[in-house]
Amino acid sequence: MKVLVAVKRVIDAYVKVRVKSDGSGVETANVKMSMNPFCEIAVEEAVRLKEQGIASEVVVVSCGPQVNQETIRTALAMGADRGILVQSDEELQPLGIAKLLKSVVEKEQPDLVLLGKQAVDNDFNQTGQMLSALLGWSQGTFASKIEQQDGKLRVTREIDGGLETLDLATPTIVTADLRLNEPRYASLPNIMKAKKKPIETIEAEELGLDIAPRLKVLNVSEPPARQAGVRVESIADLVDKLKNEAKVI
Amino acid sequence: MSILVIADHENDALGSATLSTLNAAQQIAAKGGGDIHVLVAGKGCAEAAKAAQTLPEVKKVLLADSEEYDHLLAENVAPLVVKLAEGYDYVLAGSATFGKNVLPRAAALLDVQPISDIVAVESGDTFVRPIYAGNALSKVQSGDAKKLISVRGTAFDAVPAEGGSAELETLEGTGDSGLSSHVGSELTQSERPELTTARVVISGGRGMQSGDNFVILERVADKLGAALGASRAAVDAGFVPNDYQVGQTGKVVAPELYIAVGISGAIQHLAGMKDSKVIVAINKDEEAPIFQVADYGLVADLFEAVPELEKALDQ
Repeated sequence: MKVLVAVKRVIDAYVKVRVKSDGSGVETANVKMSMNPFCEIAVEEAVRLKEQGIASEVVVVSCGPQVNQETIRTALAMGADRGILVQSDEELQPLGIAKLLKSVVEKEQPDLVLLGKQAVDNDFNQTGQMLSALLGWSQGTFASKIEQQDGKLRVTREIDGGLETLDLATPTIVTADLRLNEPRYASLPNIMKAKKKPIETIEAEELGLDIAPRLKVLNVSEPPARQAGVRVESIADLVDKLKNEAKVI
Repeated sequence: MSILVIADHENDALGSATLSTLNAAQQIAAKGGGDIHVLVAGKGCAEAAKAAQTLPEVKKVLLADSEEYDHLLAENVAPLVVKLAEGYDYVLAGSATFGKNVLPRAAALLDVQPISDIVAVESGDTFVRPIYAGNALSKVQSGDAKKLISVRGTAFDAVPAEGGSAELETLEGTGDSGLSSHVGSELTQSERPELTTARVVISGGRGMQSGDNFVILERVADKLGAALGASRAAVDAGFVPNDYQVGQTGKVVAPELYIAVGISGAIQHLAGMKDSKVIVAINKDEEAPIFQVADYGLVADLFEAVPELEKALDQ
């Protein structure tokens, strides 16, 4: 089984983002960038499938500027075999990315495409579902477990009230949720090895797809700040305040 | 001009997400969005459709009750939404797991860039949505002719579930895609209210030290009629299942009272609860960031404070 994993470069999840004072977006200059945490989980799962002998090859793809090569290298250091950069310096939104990924899928013919369930920058939670739709494939979103099952993929999904298990016809799309696995740290020898692994570049423009953003960001603002309240000295004090001041119990 | 709301339901009743999504739909309607119709798709969901008929300002309820909509598989529901979308300018769903799963799939088939998780309606084409786990708010204008929107339930009050008398239209099924099949569900059994709609939520973090210790929170939850939540740290440590998780990667809640116990208050957790009306934090570390957002903070050992709270609630 050939596995394709899509990865996104985002502001590191542990960085406190700052909104630019002109409202045009958030500050990205001199800010630590990393692979989106859910994409890391997707890469880890693909590498595990390879280690278990289920996956024959793991190809990692990223859409965006040249610097996304760094993110692809991170995935290669984790154990992916080769990379593809679909290069574009323009703003990409999930529908556009899904179209770009579709053309990579058509070229690579994977049996499984793994993605993170959402990116922690724009929080759209769309790309996997949209790619699946464009390909006319099945989808297993928010996966916490993946098993191979007689030519199908059995995926356990995190849903509102608990878990749901689906059998998916392959080829298929799976998006990773938090509990699917715990991603490894790349070892130094593997980081060195990754430098020699090939990354192919495809110019997004040359694919001739309509990937122009459909949503125009008019303004980005800080959410209203929450003021710290008061310290209470005891449970009795707390209960009194909740009953008589806040009137919530 | 018209609006289609895809209902969240449990066959015999509507889910609460539907009521807040309808609020957003009414706001769009007030800005010239037109009539509101509600789609109830499923298998054996006639009761939910009946309930939808009584929703205020709903003109028509579309009932698609058919075998292939059992368990609401995205591969089967999306084609139905695509077919219906022809007649609507807006398609709305709650941003619960069902909406998140189905709406983008339908949108891609319509060549529309959906707008996820809106928290405010500015005009017929402009909406506000949180980004970076709610650390910033993005005001976006959609250039698509049709707008597919998922609605964050905590940002819109639930409309009353009565007052309307919509007509009912029954739809034919659109067939089984054959792409996926449902094997089973493992739903968390609980007598307590659902996390995202509970009036009171009490959550435990890494400070709870073990899953067994959550029993002291359960006792307080039972007294307050509260739902039980947890931080990602507590889920990662294996104390409780993932569906307890409140935060950026879990559930977003905004109850009237949120009690955070043994939770330090990482950005990722705050993202899921900072819109709560009243926040209480109990933590023995007085430097914990959770105190910066808490209305009432108590610096104490939770293993003493929580049982004491349980007792105090009896009085």
